[in-house]
Amino acid sequence: MVELAALSALSLVMLSLGAVAWGGGARISGLVYGLSALACLGPGAAGIAILGGVPPQMLTLPVGLPWIGAHLRLDALSAVFLILIAIGGAAASVYAIGYGRHESAPERVVPFFPAFIGAMTLVVLADDAFSFLVCWEVMSLLSWALVLAHHRAPEVRSAAYLYLVMAAFGTMALLLAFGLLAGGNGAYAFSAIRTASRPDSVAVAVLALVLVGAGSKAGLAPLHVWLPQAHPAAPSHVSALMSGVMTKVAVYAFIRVAFDLVGPLPWWISPALLMLGASTAVLGILNAMMADDMKRLLAYSTIENIGVIFAALGLALAFRANGMTAPAALALTAALFHAFNHMTFKSLLFMGAGAVLTATGRRDLDGLGGLIHRMPVTSVLTLIGVTAISALPPLNGFASEWLLFQSILLSPGLPQLGLQIIVPAAGGLLALAAALAAAAFVRLYGVGFLGRSRSDAARDAREVDRCMLVAMTGLGSLCVLAGIVPAFVLDALAPAVDQLTANRLPQQMAEPWLTLIPVAEARSTYNPLLVFAFIAIAASASALAMHRFGSRALRRGPAWDCGFPEPSPATQYGAASFAQPIRRVLGSQILRASETVDMPPPGDPRPARHRVTMHDVIWERLYLSVARGVVYVSARLNGLQFLTIRVYLSLVMGSLVGLLLAVALWH
Amino acid sequence: MSGIAFDIAHLLAGGLVLVSFMMIYQDRLYALLNVFALHAVVLAAAVAWQAHIQAAEHLYLTAAIALVFKAIVIPGALHRIIRRLGIHRTVEQVVGSGLTMLAGMGLVALSVVLMLGITANSDAIAREDLAFALSVVLLGLLMMVTRRNAVSQVVGFMSLENGLILAAAGARGMPLVVEISVAFSVLIAFIVIGIFLFRIRERFDTVDVVALDNFRGERR
Repeated sequence: MVELAALSALSLVMLSLGAVAWGGGARISGLVYGLSALACLGPGAAGIAILGGVPPQMLTLPVGLPWIGAHLRLDALSAVFLILIAIGGAAASVYAIGYGRHESAPERVVPFFPAFIGAMTLVVLADDAFSFLVCWEVMSLLSWALVLAHHRAPEVRSAAYLYLVMAAFGTMALLLAFGLLAGGNGAYAFSAIRTASRPDSVAVAVLALVLVGAGSKAGLAPLHVWLPQAHPAAPSHVSALMSGVMTKVAVYAFIRVAFDLVGPLPWWISPALLMLGASTAVLGILNAMMADDMKRLLAYSTIENIGVIFAALGLALAFRANGMTAPAALALTAALFHAFNHMTFKSLLFMGAGAVLTATGRRDLDGLGGLIHRMPVTSVLTLIGVTAISALPPLNGFASEWLLFQSILLSPGLPQLGLQIIVPAAGGLLALAAALAAAAFVRLYGVGFLGRSRSDAARDAREVDRCMLVAMTGLGSLCVLAGIVPAFVLDALAPAVDQLTANRLPQQMAEPWLTLIPVAEARSTYNPLLVFAFIAIAASASALAMHRFGSRALRRGPAWDCGFPEPSPATQYGAASFAQPIRRVLGSQILRASETVDMPPPGDPRPARHRVTMHDVIWERLYLSVARGVVYVSARLNGLQFLTIRVYLSLVMGSLVGLLLAVALWH
Repeated sequence: MSGIAFDIAHLLAGGLVLVSFMMIYQDRLYALLNVFALHAVVLAAAVAWQAHIQAAEHLYLTAAIALVFKAIVIPGALHRIIRRLGIHRTVEQVVGSGLTMLAGMGLVALSVVLMLGITANSDAIAREDLAFALSVVLLGLLMMVTRRNAVSQVVGFMSLENGLILAAAGARGMPLVVEISVAFSVLIAFIVIGIFLFRIRERFDTVDVVALDNFRGERR
């Protein structure tokens, strides 16, 4: 099985090379994307086989460093993420067959795309630190090249530059973490790292470094700043892949190190992780609530979901450190399930945004509206994604968040008082984030797809082609299926959870009527089928009743315009007006949002203006001050470039004598 | 190890350090070149003595190379260069020779303390040789730093090289090929530097490196 996955990854890389050889233009873009969708079947099949009960497999390739080679291993955890990459990669490839036709510079996208999927596959397969880091860096660089596809726009260039800096920083942190894990003997194989024992301080340092390395790729605050710039800058199928899949590869890296490689961890690091995840979630979704750009909003929402996943992982670490394996298994299952779900609905939503971008050429919410009449299929599919990401039953987002809250409710069983206080507090933050997510996506859908068209482009929009719709339909049905039959997914995740926490959820498919019983029947159950049936029956019954008794005949009339008789679509509720209440309540503190109203006096014909200014506090306080420090130090050191030969010689001599002195004193 | 063998090795290596000090206070370029030739002669003697007491024939070759090239060919060539450039009267030191001598003493003390500290359990001759060799290297560097004239910087560089050869001769078992390649690299460095001297002179009418600095638009 591992051979199949490795061969598929290799064929994806070869496909990229082939695309380069063929010039990578629009001529072959459909062919390349089609083949890359086919190649994604390999890792998917391998992952399913492993989760189906095939034992873990290893493979040593004679490439890489001499005497070490490259080790690959396919176990249950890799399999989960392999399936995730395969589904996301296949959907994005199918979507790209259609989307790629509208690409202005296909030769900048097509050659990198298959290799990007291949590199992600190899990251989850890697079984030694060297191959892991090489594949990780290849993945980063390929995604950077994809972000830079439309390089003529200055904001794309600055986003790509920021991404490159953050990616390099993250890889450096991972490099140091693996260096600490390997220890003085340089045992870089994961099997050797797993068996070595290390003191608590080293383990905590490794965890912190991995949190920086994987967190900067996944978008954990305060390392998230590149994500809302770089993900929207890429072409939409690449955004779907980066947001839906690559962030999950980063989650995989964290799980692999924190749960598998580093060994036992002290309990007191889990509250830090928990609060980091919860505050990332709130910060991400609050920014999403304020974003006017559709893809930027989705990127911010990715930050929120990553926060939720990391909070669940922190909870699992807390339970595991106290030997409570069953709750740890529950929290880890919730994290993995949410990672899978986020891949489905975030890819779907980015594809929806890409479809809107194709049809209208715009992605600012205030230029859209009324798309449900023009693009009905895209609108329905996006509605599924929006419902799922808002964690509404009976879709998959609800199922995973419900599991997470079930595990939070088990926190009174923890022995430490600090955790007993912090876990419910983090739960409160996560609940706030979930509610804000619903508001943010009501805003996205309400302003973007409902109402009247706000621009000519939106009025003349046409439904997109079949390939794009097929890919979105596939992901949409996955959202519905995983929402109605979560028991199947949970049972599939059980081997991976068992591998990491030495426990698993009770088998869910065995329950009658597909009921979920994560802990005990007396405690909590969730029957998605029942909820689905109830929603379907109640909604159709009320719709029927309304049309039968409320409005007997179909009437066409003007849409209600809030009492303003002005026919301009600009009088509708806009993106900024929708965000205003939450901006006033929460944004004034966290985003330092302020509003100024410029009201001309009577008789003055100029229009009144309402301005909102917001500040990204993390960017201004943290990043800009670091940048200022770097500029200051470089300006000071710049003088070193223009010294005389004699001064250079004196510097050489001075440093030599200084080092010799240090050695002499040290002895 | 007989006492007299050790004493003579010690004497020759110490002599090399002494000649390095003599170079530091030379004011005239011709005198500097003569002392440099003496430096190379002492080096050749020290290496030849090492060859004798280690019974390593190939070190004789090293000594011969040092004697022919560094004591005869290079000083002779530098003499010609100086005559052709007409700079035999110019010498300018950045800091006074007294201060430079004091700094040099500090460097010798440092290298002796350091080397005797970290090579406590090795051969006595190698220890002394390494300590003196490091002193010669540091003194050569000091000379490059404290001179402004390009020719004296070249001489400083060559004496630094001599220190390296002394260290190499003291350490047993250095292969001949390394010594020959070091000798050739010195020769090539000398040729390159010689050509550069003329190029500098053609362009700036001086071999004072201050002219280069001025040309780059810098103030001192």
